[in-house]
Amino acid sequence: MKRLMTAAAVAAALAVAAMPASAKNVLKWASQGDALTADPHSQNEGPTNSATLQIYEGLVFRDPAMKLIPALATSWSTVAGKPNVWEFKLRKGVKFHDGSPFTADDVVFTMQRIKLPTSDFKNYVKSVVEAKKVDSHTVQLVTKGPNPILPNQLTQIGIMSAAWAKKHKVEKPLDFKNNEESYAARHANGTGPYMLKLREPGVRTILVRNPAWWGWKDSGGNVDEIVYTPIKNAATRVAALLSGQVDFVLDPPFQDLNRIGRSAKLKVVQTPQIRTIFLGLDTGVKELRTSDVKGKNPFADAKVREAMYRAIDIAAIRKVVMRGLAVPAGIITSPGVHGYTQALNGRLSYDPAKAKALLAEAGYPNGFTVRLDCPNNRYNNDEKICIAVVGMLGKVGIKVNLDAIPKSKHFPKIQKRVTDFYMLGWGVPTLDSHYVFTYLYHSKGPWNATGYANPRVDELTDAMPVTVDLKKRDAMIAEAWKHVKGANAYLPLHHQVIVWGMSKKLDLPIRADDSPHFRWAKMSK
Amino acid sequence: MFSYLVNRVFQAIGVLLVVALLSFVIFNYVGDPINNMVGQEATLEDREELRERLGLNDSVIVQFLRFVANAAEGEFGISYQFQRKVSDLILERMPATLELVFVSAVIALAAGIGLGVFTGLRRDSWLSRFVLTVSLVGVSLPTFVIGILLIYIFSVGLEWLPSFGRGDTVRLGDWDSGLLTGSGWLAIILPAITLGLFQLTIILRLVRAEMLEVLRTDYIKFARARGLSRRAINFGHALKNTMVPVITIAGLQIGTLIAFSIITETVFQWPGMGLLFIQGVEFADVPIMGAYLLLAAIAFVAINLIVDLLYAAVDPRLRVSAQRGKGTA
Repeated sequence: MKRLMTAAAVAAALAVAAMPASAKNVLKWASQGDALTADPHSQNEGPTNSATLQIYEGLVFRDPAMKLIPALATSWSTVAGKPNVWEFKLRKGVKFHDGSPFTADDVVFTMQRIKLPTSDFKNYVKSVVEAKKVDSHTVQLVTKGPNPILPNQLTQIGIMSAAWAKKHKVEKPLDFKNNEESYAARHANGTGPYMLKLREPGVRTILVRNPAWWGWKDSGGNVDEIVYTPIKNAATRVAALLSGQVDFVLDPPFQDLNRIGRSAKLKVVQTPQIRTIFLGLDTGVKELRTSDVKGKNPFADAKVREAMYRAIDIAAIRKVVMRGLAVPAGIITSPGVHGYTQALNGRLSYDPAKAKALLAEAGYPNGFTVRLDCPNNRYNNDEKICIAVVGMLGKVGIKVNLDAIPKSKHFPKIQKRVTDFYMLGWGVPTLDSHYVFTYLYHSKGPWNATGYANPRVDELTDAMPVTVDLKKRDAMIAEAWKHVKGANAYLPLHHQVIVWGMSKKLDLPIRADDSPHFRWAKMSK
Repeated sequence: MFSYLVNRVFQAIGVLLVVALLSFVIFNYVGDPINNMVGQEATLEDREELRERLGLNDSVIVQFLRFVANAAEGEFGISYQFQRKVSDLILERMPATLELVFVSAVIALAAGIGLGVFTGLRRDSWLSRFVLTVSLVGVSLPTFVIGILLIYIFSVGLEWLPSFGRGDTVRLGDWDSGLLTGSGWLAIILPAITLGLFQLTIILRLVRAEMLEVLRTDYIKFARARGLSRRAINFGHALKNTMVPVITIAGLQIGTLIAFSIITETVFQWPGMGLLFIQGVEFADVPIMGAYLLLAAIAFVAINLIVDLLYAAVDPRLRVSAQRGKGTA
């Protein structure tokens, strides 16, 4: 019997393989690393979010220009007289992929689910204290104080069906503790434009078009099936694109871009990314851990920081290391983020002579030594940038020892505050400056390893989320930037540029958050 | 024979425990998985809480004992990056690796022995010299360079063969086989050659050297004098006597094939255990690394055992000394 079934299975498989190619638009694509899970609330990581948000939808979303657009909510506003209550009108007639209707209960359930300890999105909705169902298609979110940017914080949060979660016992995201898998890690039931057909983690993921999705008319997308394969090796990834085995590569290595661009069948598209690369200096410790200067901290001296800033030739890094694919930065946030201005992005001039003079003035005419901690598998050309910086600082007398290591060893150094001088990159998913201040400049910021502490900046940072008067809030953001820009606790380097390689038959809008959203993808024959 | 086996099994368990302990010590240096598991928004408390849940705050000894206790029950935990049971992941990925190793071992053995005999017999022909020169490439070029080279020639240039993946697979019970479909065979050619090339060269050179050695011996001369057919001399007598070292090397090399498949699998995105391991290392995915290293150790130990037993089958002298050894022990 078993043998018979096997034979039948083989026959069926061969029959499927022998079927003629239909007129379906199948898009095959690759990038370095797979999404970690299909659960939309378990891991807050770029590739994972961009994968789950093909299947699940949030209340609001961002279009390719990163503008806030309606998704499962058709309109939203604060309730008159109650600035701490946001009301969302939900889209009617929407169905989950399993056919069940989408209602306010699912939104309330999702809000509860993302507040659980095993959710990785709880910090986005920290301000939300209650989710209230008003009627079947109206929901109110009550926040601790007024929160004018709440909708910006909801773009990454997919709405899950309450009934489905209950049926499959996935009311909470995976906790890793009981050695039990979560059904939601490999199965999904959203309302979005694509449905999960197959997920083999790390091997292959197949999505198929949800014909019932409400937004096809506006998006104009025509892709019926999406086959995703992670291809770890960069050369293999490029080879797959060059030979036409995939239509789209999210992360082609910079050195191969010319080759891709030269191909008659392929094109390269690029856009500035919402991610800035910079170096952090520990200004707070009494004595640097890796320096020959004992008894004092050279980084505590503003002149030393300015000297290091002026010693870095960012134009050369852009040209030689980044092959032109970077935008020099004057502050550690990128164009597109609320609060960024052209004026703020101006840099101190590159001036090694002045740098030397400043070092002498500060009492280090012969420089000093220090270690630079750098990741080697996180940002575009991260290690090469650090090598260039080491050379440039060497020219003004600062002997830098480079420690370039994988990200899983680099980031703990920053979190444990055991680094003097480090590279870090920062993206801003909320597209608001407050996100930068609260993580990188607030004296209690979880990623602020510089020891930078300015009571005024702390005060402004704490006040921003609860200031409803947007004009006043903008003035606060501007003031905070002015304070931190002058301090140079971080030496800004550049804003990254995203480059995608794809077939000329594919029209897929590039996004500053590096997330492909295939609802807008069009394929021509 | 039985006591010999029991002895070896105990040795094997010892080796496995040492491997497990060593890998645990190493894990403390590959980095912190927490960062890869939470977004940048996570607070220090969130991170600490997750670390606690994963048991990463316990001492190395406690973690090690827990790992051994679970491993004894076949339980390796949940992969941090794929959110699946590690035991399931490994079982799913194993067929891909074993098929790849099998095909490249067949290529390496068949071509290696064939060419070795040929170059041993026809020492001075230009074809032998050509083969030997080319084989130098096989030993000196690193695997990933060979892989990329083959991809650029056969996938990008000629567009004959796929550059990544396994093609279509057919499910036979628990075994996901790529050897039953056309696209599966097309997909396995490049990785199998890449993986097997080094072994092929080693076997070729070994067989050739042994053949040259054996062909000089008295019994071959005597066989020639007796007027035996060339075929009987070359294959019945000469080749058979070269086989002991070849089996040893080939056996050990199969272990290396499994181990080196890591690189080949990474180059060709071959969804096997080696790729799984590399993905695990990048992510500091401790459950995957632990299970893989243990499995690799088991494979090596088992192969060595089989090789030892095969010796006895091929070489009667070893059988005799084993008997004698038993007598005195």
